[in-house]
Order: sequence, then C-alpha cells, then structure tokens
Amino acid sequence: MESCTLLNIKYKHMKTRRDFIKISAVGTGGLAIGLSSVKIAQANEGGGLFKKLEKKPIVQNRYPTYCEICFWKCAAWTYTNQKGELVKIIGNDDDPHCNGRLCPRGTGGVGMYNDEDRLKTPLMRKEVNGKQVFEEVSWDEALDYIAEKLQGIAKEHGPECVALFSHGSGGKYFGHLLKAFGSENIAAPSYAQCRGPREVGFIATFGAAVGSPEPTDIRDTECLVLIGSHLGENMHNGQVQEMSAAIDKGATIITVDPRYSTAASKSKHWLPIKPATDMALLLAWINVIIENEWYNKEYIEKNTYGFKQLKQHVKQMTPEWAYGITTIEPDVIRKTAKEMAKASPAVIVHPGRHVTWYGDDTQRTRAIAILNALLGSWGSRGGFFLPESIHLPKYPSPKYPKPTKSWRDAFPGKFKLAELALASGICDATVPTTERDCSFKGWLVYGTNLIETLPNQEQTYKAIQSLDLLVAIDTMPMEITGYADVILPECTYLERYDDIRTSGTRTPSIALRMPAAEPKYDSKPGWWIAKELGKKLGLEAYFNYEDYTEVLDWQLKQVGSSLEEMKKIGVKKFKREYGGLYYYKGESIEFNTNTGKIELYSTSMQDEGYDPLPSYTPHPEPPGGYYRLNYGRAPMHSFSRTTNNPLLFDLMEENNIWVNPKIANEWGLKNGQEIWLKNQDGIVSNFPGKVRVTERIRWDSVFVVHGFGHSNKKLTRSYGRGLSDQKLITNVMIDPIMGGTGMRGNFVTFLTEEPTELEKAKGNPYLDGKQSIMNVGKEVKS
Amino acid sequence: MRYAMAIDTKKCVGCSDCVVACQVENNVPVGYCRDWVTETVDGTYPSLEIEIRSERCNHCDNAPCVRCCPTGASHIVEGGVVLVTPNKCIGCGACIQSCPYDARYSHPDGHVDKCTFCLHRVKKGQDPACVSVCPTKCMYFGDLDNPNSDVSKMIAKRKYKTLAPEAGTKPQIFYLI
Amino acid sequence: MNEELIISGRMNQGIDPYLHLWHWPIPLYLFLGGLAAGLLFFAGLYYILGKEKELPTAVKWASFLAAPALVIGLFFLFIDLKNKLFFWQLYTTIRITSPMSWGAWTLMLITPLAFIWSASYLRELVPNWDWRLKILYDFERLAIKFRKHIAWALVFLAVILGIYTGILLSAFNARPLWNTSLLGPLFLTSGLSTGAATIMWMSKDHAERMLFSKIDLILIGVELFFIIHLFMGFLASTEVQINAAYLFLGGEFTVSFWVFVILLGLIFPAILEILELRGFKVPVAIPAGLIIFGGLMFRLIMVEAGQVTRYLY
Ligand SMILES: Nc1nc2c(c(=O)[nH]1)N[C@H]1C(S)=C(S)[C@@H](COP(=O)(O)OP(=O)(O)OC[C@H]3O[C@@H](n4cnc5c(=O)[nH]c(N)nc54)[C@H](O)[C@@H]3O)O[C@H]1N2
Ligand SMILES: Nc1nc2c(c(=O)[nH]1)N[C@H]1C(S)=C(S)[C@@H](COP(=O)(O)OP(=O)(O)OC[C@H]3O[C@@H](n4cnc5c(=O)[nH]c(N)nc54)[C@H](O)[C@@H]3O)O[C@H]1N2
Ligand code: SF4
Ligand code: SF4
Ligand code: SF4
Ligand code: SF4
Ligand code: SF4
Ligand SMILES: [Mo]
Repeated sequence: MESCTLLNIKYKHMKTRRDFIKISAVGTGGLAIGLSSVKIAQANEGGGLFKKLEKKPIVQNRYPTYCEICFWKCAAWTYTNQKGELVKIIGNDDDPHCNGRLCPRGTGGVGMYNDEDRLKTPLMRKEVNGKQVFEEVSWDEALDYIAEKLQGIAKEHGPECVALFSHGSGGKYFGHLLKAFGSENIAAPSYAQCRGPREVGFIATFGAAVGSPEPTDIRDTECLVLIGSHLGENMHNGQVQEMSAAIDKGATIITVDPRYSTAASKSKHWLPIKPATDMALLLAWINVIIENEWYNKEYIEKNTYGFKQLKQHVKQMTPEWAYGITTIEPDVIRKTAKEMAKASPAVIVHPGRHVTWYGDDTQRTRAIAILNALLGSWGSRGGFFLPESIHLPKYPSPKYPKPTKSWRDAFPGKFKLAELALASGICDATVPTTERDCSFKGWLVYGTNLIETLPNQEQTYKAIQSLDLLVAIDTMPMEITGYADVILPECTYLERYDDIRTSGTRTPSIALRMPAAEPKYDSKPGWWIAKELGKKLGLEAYFNYEDYTEVLDWQLKQVGSSLEEMKKIGVKKFKREYGGLYYYKGESIEFNTNTGKIELYSTSMQDEGYDPLPSYTPHPEPPGGYYRLNYGRAPMHSFSRTTNNPLLFDLMEENNIWVNPKIANEWGLKNGQEIWLKNQDGIVSNFPGKVRVTERIRWDSVFVVHGFGHSNKKLTRSYGRGLSDQKLITNVMIDPIMGGTGMRGNFVTFLTEEPTELEKAKGNPYLDGKQSIMNVGKEVKS
Repeated sequence: MRYAMAIDTKKCVGCSDCVVACQVENNVPVGYCRDWVTETVDGTYPSLEIEIRSERCNHCDNAPCVRCCPTGASHIVEGGVVLVTPNKCIGCGACIQSCPYDARYSHPDGHVDKCTFCLHRVKKGQDPACVSVCPTKCMYFGDLDNPNSDVSKMIAKRKYKTLAPEAGTKPQIFYLI
Repeated sequence: MNEELIISGRMNQGIDPYLHLWHWPIPLYLFLGGLAAGLLFFAGLYYILGKEKELPTAVKWASFLAAPALVIGLFFLFIDLKNKLFFWQLYTTIRITSPMSWGAWTLMLITPLAFIWSASYLRELVPNWDWRLKILYDFERLAIKFRKHIAWALVFLAVILGIYTGILLSAFNARPLWNTSLLGPLFLTSGLSTGAATIMWMSKDHAERMLFSKIDLILIGVELFFIIHLFMGFLASTEVQINAAYLFLGGEFTVSFWVFVILLGLIFPAILEILELRGFKVPVAIPAGLIIFGGLMFRLIMVEAGQVTRYLY
C-alpha cells in the first residue's frame, strides 16, 4: 500500500506546474546531439596501434584567460594544439592571484570544456501529451518567450518583481540588463551564504570590508591564526601559496577547528575546539591580551574607539571561563595569545570566508576584527595590506530607470546592516504571504545552482513553484536547470570574452579573458545572451555594441592599454598610486566609521539596535545519537560545479561521511559501508554515502564535502555519487544583523538501511533523489 | 647526472594538482594516472599527525622493473631516468609486478606507462609538469650530482626519507619530513 | 588509529584497489610449464638411466603430453600479453636478469625438443603411422640416433623450466608473498610431482606405477617441508611478509589454500598412496588427479595472493 500513498502524495503536487525535468530533449535534434557526443567519446578512446604511433599533439597557440572555477580568478593561458583542441591551462606568471600556478581545479578546467554532459541548445519547458518535457528551441524562440514573459510580469507586478541570482563573471551583463529593465534585485550566494557577515563585521570595525581576494599579508606574516578557515582544502590559490611560503619562513600557524583539517596538520598549535564556541575563545583571547597589556597602547589610544568599554566587557571572559565552553585549556589560550602578541603587528587573525555558521556570525567576525585591531595588524606588514585596484570606466550607456521598490522592502526593519541583496532573502520573498503585497515573480538564475546552494531546500522549491518565469543560464544540466522554464546554455569561460578582471591586490593588475575556441554546440557567451535579450525587451540602447570586444577595447584604452596588447600579455600590472602597501608608523589614519576610528565599540551597531560589543551565546548541541553535520571543501572540487568534470571527477568521485572511530564502533560502521543520514527534522539524505572512519573528526560531529550527491541524471558521472549536505541543512540560523544563513546547526544520525521513497521525499516534495516526479506523474495518469 | 625529486611533506596539502597537471601534460588517458597522493593519519583525536605525499615512479637506482623486463622496453636513460619504449613493450606485466610502488600501469593502448620525469620538459630547461604547477611549491626537481640544484640543497638541509627502502630499490624521490 | 589512503583517487585499472593484473592465464601457463618440465625430466632421466623398457610410460608415452602442454602454456602467456603485436620483441634480445626473458628462451628451446622427443616414439605408439616425406624419416632417424643427447638436454632444460616457473614469481621482490628463494625449488618440486602423478596415472604397468607413487610421496614430503619453511621464513621476516603469511593463516586465502592445496592436493593423495603401497586397492586416478589438481590450485592461489600483498598502503 505504501507505493499507493506515495503516488497520492505526488499526485497532490501534480497540480503545481513546475516539475523537475531531467533534460532529455524531444525532437530529432536531440538524437543528433546524442550521436555527436558518442562520436566525441569514441574519438577520445584509444585508437589501438595507430594512435600509439601518432605523435603527441604539439602545443600551438595560447590565449589569455582567467579561471572561473572559483572566485579567486587566477589569470592563465589556455593552450591549444594544431587541431585547435584545448590541451591545457597554465597559470600566468605575471598574475598576482596565482603567480603562474593554478590550483587543481584550474588545471582541470579543460574538463569543463570537454564535458559531454554540457548544455547544448536552448531548451524550453513544454507540455507534450500531458507530460512536461524540455524541447530544443532556437535562441530566437527562447529569448522571445522570455522577453514576453518578463514584460508580462513588469506590466502586472512591476519590473521590480524580477530578480537575478548570479554567481560568476557573466552575471554582470544580466545585472546590467535587469537594471535597464527596472529592477535592482540582484543577489549572489557569496553574500548571505558566504562572506556577508565578515564584511559587515569588518565594516563596523574598520569601516572597510575585507573583500576578495583577501588582503591578508600571509607571505610576510609571523603568526597566522585560522578560525575554521581550512586553507589547503579551501584552495583559494594565493592564500594557499602564501601559507606555504610562511611555513618555509617559520611562521607560527594556529588553527582553531574541531576537525583535524589539513591546515591544522601544518600548524604549530591546533586548538580542537568544541563546535559553535569560537566566540568564547575569541573573547578570552581579547581578555588575555588586554589584561596582560600585550597591545600597543599608543596605537590603540590613537586609532581606536571604545577600548574602555571593551576592557570592561571582557573582564569576566577569562581563559578559565572559556575553557568550560570551548574545552581549550586555559594555558593553551594564554600561550597562543602570547604567540599572537609576540608577532604583533605581523599577525593575521584570518577573517574566514564562508562564515555563515551559527547566526551570530557578524558578531563573531566582529570579535575577530577587534582582535586584529588590538594586535595592530590592519594595514601592517604581515597583517592586512592595503589593496589597490585599477578602476575601469563603465562603457557609456543610458541611465537606468529608478526602481520604486528594492529587495530591502521585502523584509522591513530587518537585516539593517546588509549592504548587498540576500539570495536567501529574495528566495523567501518569492513565496507569497499575506503580509507582503508583492512577491517575486520572475527569476533569472546565472551561474548558481540554487537548489544545492541555498539552505532549506523546501523553501527554495516552494519559491520556485510560485514563479511565473524561471530562466537558468548555465553550462551544465544542474539541479536548478531541472526547474527552469527556459534553459539558456552558456559556453564555458574558455570559449568567451568576459569583463576585464580588476581586483585589489598588492600590485594593481588587470587580466583579460578571451576565447581559446569557438563555443561548442549551440552555446553562447553571456554577454551575447544578455544583449540579444535586451534587444527583444526594447533595451537596445543599453547594448550599444555589436561585439563585446568593442566594450573591452574601449575600456582598456581608458586605462592606457588595448585589447590587442592584452591578448598578448594577458595580465597587465600597474604602479600603485594611492600610498603604500601598509600604513606607515605613526600615520594618522581616518577610518570610514562614524567616529573615524577603528570601532572596538561599534556605534553603527548600536545605532541600529544591535549589540555594540560581541558576546557569547550558547548554541544547541546534538541530542543523543545525533552528530553535528560539519561540511567543507575538498581541494579538487568547487561546490557542486566541478563534480561532473571528467578530470576532477577522477580525483574524487564522491564524498565520504567522516566518522570518528569511537562512534563507528558504537554503531558498528565499517570503512566504505554505505549509509544514509537523517537530520533532526527527519529529512534523509538523497543518496547513501560511504563511511570513512577517521580520527580527523570529533566524536560529536560528522563531516562531508559540500557539492556532491547530484540528483540530475543528466550528470552522467556525478549523479548519485555521494550525498548532498544541503538537503540536510533545514535548520537555518539567520543572522539578525545582515541576514546571513547560519548553516552549521544541523544534527544527523545514521541509517544503515535504505530509507523508503516516502522517507526520502520528505522535505523535498517536488523531487526525490532518484526518481523525478515526471515518472510518477505518468504512472498516475495510466 | 642524477635526476631526483625532493618533496616537502610539511608543505604539501594533498590538493592533487600534481596529478591533474601530469594527466593533461602527458595525455594520460582518463581513469589512469602517473602520480597520486597519499595521506597517512596517525594518533588518536586530538593528538594527531598527518603526512601527505605526492607519489610517482621513484626512478630507482636499482630498478627491478628494468631488470625483469624481457625485451629491454624498460630502460634507463641519462640522469637515471627510467623509461618505457612503447613499441618494444609486449605488455607482459612483469615490470608492474616488480615495482614495489605500483608506479606503473598498463596503458589502454597495450604498452606499460609511467612517470617519465617529464624529460621532454626537462630537456627544454623546464621543471616537470607536476613540479611546475604545485601551488605550495613543495616539490623540488634537479640533479643530485650538482650540489647547487634545488634537490641537493633541500636534501642537505632537511631530514628526509624514501619509500619502502627495505625493498632495496634505492628510490630517488626524497620526502622531506 | 592509523589510516593510510590514496586521496587523489588513483584508479589505475589492474592496480587499484589491489593489483590484479595477472588472472588465470599466467598460473595456467606456470602450471603447464611445470607439468611439462616434470614429464620431460622423468623421460630424459630414465632414458639416460637406461630404463626405457621398464618405464615406457615415463620415457615414451607421457612425453606426448609435454609438447602440447608447452604449446598451450605459451598460448596462455600470449593471451595475457597486452601488446600482442609486439610479441616478437621477446626474441630480439636475451636479458639474463629477466626470468621472463630466459623463460621465453628456455621454452623456445625445450618445446621443439619435446616435439622431437615424442615424434621419435610416434611410430612405436602408432605403428602404421606414415611420415609421408622422406626427409621426415631422415629426421626421425637422426632423433633416435641422438636420443641420449636430447635426453640430457631435456633433463637440463626441464630443471631450468621447473625452477623458472617459480623464479618468475620470486624475482618480484615487490610482492612480499613471492619474495622468497624457496619458490623456485618449491615450484620445481611441485612440477615434478604433477609430472610424476601424470605418469602414474597413464601407466598400465604396476611396477612403474609403484615407482612413481613412491616418487610422488617423496616429492610431497619435500613440498610440505618447503611450505613449512616458507611460512616460517615469512613469519620471521618483515611486517609485510608476516602480513603476506597471514593471508593463509586466517586471511582470505586460508580455506582455499589449506583445503585445496594442502589437504586435497598433498596430504590426502599422500595417504592414498601410502595405503596403495601397503597393498590397499586405490583407483590410481584419485591420488593422481588430486595431485594435479593441487598443483594447479597452488599456482592459481599463489599468483592471486601474491598480487594482493604489497609494501605500501
Ligand atoms: N550546504 C552548503 N551550501 C553552501 C556552501 C556550503 O559549503 N555548503 N557554500 C556556500 C558558499 S561559500 C558559496 S560561495 C555558494 C556557492 O554557490 P554556487 O556558486 O551556486 O555554487 P555551485 O554549486 O558551484 O553552482 C554554480 C553553478 O554555476 C554553473 N556554472 C559554472 N560555470 C558557469 C559559467 O561559466 N556560466 C554559467 N552561466 N554558469 C556556470 C554551474 O553549472 C552551477 O550550476 O554556496 C553556498 N552554499
Ligand atoms: N577547493 C575549494 N576551495 C574553495 C572553494 C571550493 O568550493 N573548493 N570555495 C571557496 C569559497 S566561495 C569559500 S567561501 C571558501 C570557504 O572556505 P573557508 O572559509 O575556509 O570555509 P569554512 O566553512 O569557514 O571552513 C570550513 C572549516 O570549518 C570547520 N568548522 C566547522 N565548524 C566549526 C566551528 O564551529 N568552529 C571552527 N573554528 N571551525 C569549524 C570545518 O571543520 C572546516 O574545516 O572556500 C573557497 N575555496
Ligand atoms: S583558485 Fe583555482 S579554481 Fe579558483 S580561480 Fe584560481 S585556479 Fe581557478
Ligand atoms: S600539487 Fe603540491 S601540494 Fe598539491 S598534492 Fe601535489 S605536491 Fe601536494
Ligand atoms: S618506482 Fe617502480 S617503476 Fe619506478 S624505477 Fe622504481 S621499480 Fe621501476
Ligand atoms: S610490460 Fe613491457 S615494459 Fe614491462 S616488463 Fe613487459 S615488456 Fe617490459
Ligand atoms: S614528472 Fe612528469 S610524468 Fe612524472 S609525475 Fe610529474 S608530471 Fe607526471
Ligand atoms: Mo563562498
């Protein structure tokens, strides 16, 4: 009878019109593409005797690019052979982001270009015999449809009801398009799911965000403190390179991580902290440094505001107090504080990057900022340098219309210190409520796999079901594309021009990305898609160019270069113009805060009604039989975007579930055994994962690498390999200050038997791991 | 001349860049590799130690793979580099069986394949592909007979070990510990 | 806890997660080589000792199996080669340090000799056989004339071949289970014993059967002695070799080894032969078949298990 109830449940949702579709194009074109991909696959296979005698292709050409596999944006050269095939990608020696060395994901970038699972043509959701399918359509038809829908939404609800989610270089063109269309609702998951809290925390303290790439002067530091930052697994290239250089120079590394991370294994001090208690440790460190007067008095007096209040505030927060909370021995706390003080100001208490942990993240990063302020590291050699970048003027285009509403209006009075749109917030504000007069009706999703990116998937599904239009601009048939009305296949970064990279580093530099090959299949570059869509929307005035090279060349000429020059050199470095890399001794510095000083005591927080000084609040602990779900990076993958890349898949095919030997023993779990996880809300993982019994994880936690457990079958390699942490993150602790989604408060238990389809469908009503709702729908019909 | 590598386990983060770099540089077919990365974890939480090593053919001074090759396909060239000539290799597998490091594999084309120390690059004065990409710069390649080479200097300066020395192969990859 | 793992997902086919490059063809090749070595050794030996009349099976008839065994064995080696088109490269050089090389050359020499040997007896076996060509009759005459020389060559080459079947493995220091100098003599003994068992089985002559039954008993004793020493050696050696030994002492090959090789392949037939020597009636096919079967199993297991043992990870 169970299958029957299952069908009923599914049937209920049949009314909803946005089913998950595994991209399998109907029509003859699909077949043709199917065949051509087979051919490609065969061509790659060993050709027996003849292949062997054939000489290795000689590298012929190289084209400048910068990597798009994560957001460190390393500049590189793409090499092609005489057949025009992409052979390899090698870092650009002149690039300050990578110094000629890419990380494994960048080196494996060719795999993204060669992935035969790539999106190949525009696809549109159509109903054929009562069944929703994707149909191959021409670009014209797809863009016409989108334009018509967008205009309909604008007419009925206003253009502000369209939002753009974007993560990646091409998002800019769609942002431009959307602003021209009349909406400013542009959100990236790199804010409320990533580094938002630390930017707010640092702005509140130093009047400046940390930014990307982080201006941490690791190369010259004497003491590097990593709080959760798992450099080495987090492969942000420049930082990993500099950490290694620092090891060579004998710098002290202190790592605070409940898991024995790779960075921890390279550290002089590893503090195996009890999860969720970092705030107490930070406050105790502040206490020790203040009580022992290990700070620079003159500096503090001159540059900071609120020292007295801080001193008073942390008085009771002694190492002994913190010991009870963090399990870190008081003398270890003192010893490590001393190490920092000794190195001061050449010390970095790293601000972290993915810091949306427990909902009090702005406050925790505030504590980190305060600690750095006490140590005088901001603007000091071996601390944080002062980055400088080249400003590229914007290509001339008409003024944008002024929107009447913005994403902030969706949550009045909340998250007042958020400076950027919240991806999660827009998602929430898409689900209609009685309080809100207007919810979002149209989504453009560029380069972000929202299903696997935003916590609380049920909310994402709900939002998607409330939309009039969902357009996904992507390169791969990811989960999000399965819910789109229209899928627009972008070519990979190796096949297109994009904006000039300009970023703040020690030496200002710009980098060019240009295609090394024609776009494969019927894919197109983002700039082209945005421009063509703009035309259809009557916004051609905003896209006053035939080819994006015109824009690039114009911009480059404004800063004394040209497209022609950049094609040859790829990266151009400039002289610094605004002062030195560090503040000079005794410099009187004007900080961009209310008081003009480093605010140990934050007036802006106080003004908005938040605690001006950070405090420790306890967070829930796992109940018996449950373990905290810890997640992180593996060096060879980026989120969910690389798991199907043939080269990187080869390095790591699936994520394992790290379990402490004690716990494994208790549960009788064996290495390699497949188990499912179930969280505190009864949500079970979409797929099983293999157990890795390892001492590297605490007995109160399990660890998985984020980005695995793909549920779209069109990802032929990564489908069903490993499990998705995202599905299990249903308890989201929202940061009241800026809306960040704290994701580390979820607890899981082990299932050794495969859960039923019904159990798997829980919390995921529109898609269950293995079976798309389409199949069920068909069964109901017949 | 004696080519060798020194790899600093204190800096290697196990990112496996060396593995992908080798695959793209040397056209290693998908599903195979000439180098790989291992991790050993010792101890009990929280007193733990990890050693991460990037491994490949050790270009052994006393190479059993060369000795047991019935055709001479496996041979030693300048600098002590152990190579395989595909057109001489019958694919008998003797060399694979003889290598204590499992550094060789049977290429889908039939012959045996392994690390070449990227001689094609080295001859041009470049570092091997794996060495040249390593983000942590933890690999050093060069001539042991030249006391000023990176390898010689690292070996002189640091404590090191080789893998399975008891197998008697005299491996030429040195792990700095 | 100590953990050791490959984190870059090394997945070289045939190597990971453990080496399984050589499947059944190589052990069969070794088995047939050993069997042929045994047959030819006894043929040559008893010819030299002038026992052609008393021991016709050993000298004449059983050798008819040797040549085909060698050819089939070589065929198995051939099908195991991954680069077959370059097979001829084996015979462009002699590599003294490579057992594979001198094994190939030994086979190159002993196989034609085995053919010549049995051909010289063909007309005794099939009296109205007609060679058709005069030249073949000339050859036959020559072969018969030089039988003594051929016999010496056979004995010499058979010992090399028998030892080779073991040394091929023991030369691979990299596989701790094979890394023992006992493997050469052990495989030689085992080869001789399968040869002796075959002769015993084929022989219609009681005295001959009894002789080979005794020979087999001795060989079984020697084999058991070697095997005990093999394990003692392993257990007194490095950790990897101790681990290798434990594959048979509680590990995954324990049952197959002790039941098929030791009990059914050695001890049980030994008991049967003792009973027979004591005058009990035992169908000869049983001990002979078991010994041959045990010899085959021994090689299958040694090749398989050897590839499981390694130095690292
Ligand atoms: N559970 C969990 N959730 C997380 C995190 C976590 O660790 N765990 N991390 C958070 C953090 S820090 C971040 S920054 C975000 C990252 O979130 P995302 O950037 O959304 O992460 P991905 O899963 O890599 O999704 C990227 C999407 O972009 C597509 N894509 C790749 N290249 C291109 C391109 O050139 N053009 C186009 N159009 N599309 C492209 C990919 O196919 C994929 O669909 O996730 C956040 N969410
Ligand atoms: N290879 C690779 N590198 C990447 C990325 C990628 O996808 N792949 N993504 C990039 C992006 S966008 C980001 S945001 C960064 C993220 O990289 P980080 O900023 O380094 O990520 P975090 O989530 O802060 O750190 C994860 C670590 O925090 C530890 N941890 C978990 N709970 C706690 C706790 O309560 N206290 C403490 N102290 N530690 C804890 C985990 O054990 C784990 O080691 O990585 C970047 N680099
Ligand atoms: S760190 Fe790696 S993935 Fe990120 S941009 Fe650089 S090379 Fe690409
Ligand atoms: S590339 Fe360097 S750091 Fe990365 S695994 Fe290889 S040797 Fe280690
Ligand atoms: S590591 Fe293996 S393949 Fe390389 S030389 Fe030594 S024995 Fe031969
Ligand atoms: S497989 Fe090739 S290289 Fe290896 S031993 Fe045999 S012939 Fe030599
Ligand atoms: S030296 Fe060359 S062939 Fe050898 S592992 Fe490194 S990249 Fe591969
Ligand atoms: Mo991020």
